Amino acid sequence: MLFAIYSLLSAGLFAVLDAGDVALTEAAVGAGISTILFLAVLTLAGREERPARGKNRLALAVVVVTGACLIYAAGDLPDFGEADNPVQVHVAPYYIEQTYADMGIPNMVAAVLAGYRSIDTMGEAFVILTAGLGVVALLSVPPRRRRRGQKPTKSEDDS
Amino acid sequence: MRTNGILRVIARFLIPLIMLFALYIQFHGEYSPGGGFQAGVVFAAAWILFALIYGLDAALEVIPERAQFVLACLGVLLYCFVGLLGVILGGRFLDFYPLLDSPHAAQQTGIVAVEFGVGVTVAACAMLFFTFFARRKRELDAAQAGDGD
Repeated sequence: MLFAIYSLLSAGLFAVLDAGDVALTEAAVGAGISTILFLAVLTLAGREERPARGKNRLALAVVVVTGACLIYAAGDLPDFGEADNPVQVHVAPYYIEQTYADMGIPNMVAAVLAGYRSIDTMGEAFVILTAGLGVVALLSVPPRRRRRGQKPTKSEDDS
Repeated sequence: MRTNGILRVIARFLIPLIMLFALYIQFHGEYSPGGGFQAGVVFAAAWILFALIYGLDAALEVIPERAQFVLACLGVLLYCFVGLLGVILGGRFLDFYPLLDSPHAAQQTGIVAVEFGVGVTVAACAMLFFTFFARRKRELDAAQAGDGD
């Protein structure tokens, strides 16, 4: 529920910022589909978590070291929103100036996504297809197979 | 939820509108916000709303599972086919200029075609997600009932 409200609010924020494409995506995916999928998974999952045994110090060390590296590297990033940042001076001006002359399309986002960067978008489509196949592969396994082995211990809660 | 009159009437009113809106942002994506991804998700949301109200079986009668698989693959294949069409007609991969004589019309045709491919794939995959998660619950219940015997 909170995720859905958060997504709806950020969709409104994107709409206020004139980013209609992102707002549409956020409203449809964040507030709509992913909430439904979360609820669907919650009905599948058990109500209680098994207590974790012991503490994984190696994982903690990896997380701390990686986080420290990232924070250190963040100091070298250019200031947020500066006009001469690489992101502002690389290809973005070309897209802004030439999209209408090249394509005759007013929506620059569509032009960049499907025109200039169409191979990226093809990769994206393949990623979505792969995600779908992954879900199918994971959930096609019949649920009884694991339980049959541990049938004597019936007190275990549903997995 | 099929017996709840309010839900049914509102869903009946909303689902065609949502589908129409999905088609609008699919084919109007180059003029206004939107595009294949958004349109696919909105279309799948309409179908999921139908499934929530009328049950998964009724929804799977409208768009069967096999059709979802086929559509998911066809969308990606349409994208690749448009890309290869550019090669066949003498350009580079995903080069839209050779498709038509007028360069603007060619670009727009190519963009609409590939966005349609993306939209079909996204819609079919979102429906697949919902189908499999919703069906899993039933399978688990059946497995538990089998265990109790």
